[in-house]
Amino acid sequence: MELKLGLKVHEADNVATIFAEGILKGTQVQIRDKSGNTQMLTVLNDIPYGHKVAVIAINKGELINKYGEEIGIASKDITPGEHVHVHNLDSMRGRGDLERSKQ
Amino acid sequence: MKFKGYVRPNGKVGSRNLVAVIPSVVCANDVAQAIVRQVQGTIGYFHHQGCCQLPPDLKRVTDALISLGSSPNVGAALVVSLGCEGTDHARLVKEIAATGKPVEIIRIQQLGGTSRAIQAGIDAAQALVMKISGLQREETDISNVVMSIKCGGSDATSGMASNCAIGYVSDKFVDLGATVIFGETTEFIGAEHILARRAVTPEVGKKIIDIVNQMEARALSIGCDMRQGQPTPGNIAGGLSSIEEKSLGAIAKSGTRPIQGVLDYTDMITTQKGLWIKDTPGREPEILTGMACTGAQFMMFSTGRGAPQGFPSMPVIKICGNPLTYENMKYDMDLNAGLIITGKKSIEEVGEEAFAMALRVLNGEMTKNEALQYYGSIDIHMLGPVI
Repeated sequence: MELKLGLKVHEADNVATIFAEGILKGTQVQIRDKSGNTQMLTVLNDIPYGHKVAVIAINKGELINKYGEEIGIASKDITPGEHVHVHNLDSMRGRGDLERSKQ
Repeated sequence: MKFKGYVRPNGKVGSRNLVAVIPSVVCANDVAQAIVRQVQGTIGYFHHQGCCQLPPDLKRVTDALISLGSSPNVGAALVVSLGCEGTDHARLVKEIAATGKPVEIIRIQQLGGTSRAIQAGIDAAQALVMKISGLQREETDISNVVMSIKCGGSDATSGMASNCAIGYVSDKFVDLGATVIFGETTEFIGAEHILARRAVTPEVGKKIIDIVNQMEARALSIGCDMRQGQPTPGNIAGGLSSIEEKSLGAIAKSGTRPIQGVLDYTDMITTQKGLWIKDTPGREPEILTGMACTGAQFMMFSTGRGAPQGFPSMPVIKICGNPLTYENMKYDMDLNAGLIITGKKSIEEVGEEAFAMALRVLNGEMTKNEALQYYGSIDIHMLGPVI
């Protein structure tokens, strides 16, 4: 069977990006980092090509990291294997809505 | 290293030898389009600006059209004026002519309307095309290259494959003494600290932070979450969750070399070498215009979702990071960087292929968007309202 692959760009990242099609809930995925370390992960949701999966638990309010940098903040508690996207990741920039609610 | 280009009277070197038909205002587009349809070797800049705007924007339109007309890929220019517009068409003609290339102007109102202006414009454009069509390419140093770079229709593969390959090409051109320009200030948001660290001086670093803050302030002033505007629905469908994530992937295309400074939207490169930033939005019609204003002979354009568009006088090489998109849109995509994602090729291998393709395009080989003439929709980025 073809290996279902996820790539973790930086060692400090708590998400990996899925580069395979047909990743459905319950699929086993191999997560690789740049040094070649691997980790097997069972995904908890259907995850489209190019989307992210949590590789460790991320609590609500914690930073989400990719490329070793902050890409947003968890808006809910996220468990390993969960799809990470706009439903549970809040952007911290360009937030005119938050600016307005402060006024 | 050398390439063969068209050496202009002011010493600039073009990769194309086109007659630019330049409407000085949106109201002249129909006449300009009729001229371009009839006369081989012409291209048109069919923008939507030039009247009923505040003075700084009118100046910006005139400045942009001067830079486009002065671009080394343009051998001669025909300005199409309505006659009552807000742009300064006298300065437009004068400053393009100062580069030493032939420039003509026709005025629709003065000539007696559409049909007469089209006739006069066709005659003028035909004469200009014939005047420059015999010019031969000459061997010239690679340091004359000005490459522009951009990513559009991004997905999660862009930041991991196609942008990285373009970053490799960017470093290579900088090391060869050429000039590289990147922009998309919106897509520095969340990554500006990394770019500022690469600035040659603290002042340049501060300027990078300043242009990002100005861009973000414009978005914040509307009072909503920027998502949907940036990242776009297509970016989000492709797996990008926030502007920070998009930006961190986007800056990979600039490579690793020091950033020499920040250019304004309409600025043309004069003698600057190395890697430069241009303050532009991310949307294609406006950024491609801004990049062509620098005098770039070509653009290297990274995409994941599949962005097909180009620019009339600047060939655009499409480097596709998504292997599925490349297969699906291979008549629009010039190079498959998706092989990096599938593990079949390294970033360096695809980067070398992209560099070789850039040299061929500089020497005259057409890009896919050029062959399809997919470059009709352009615009000039404005700061103020239409009034």
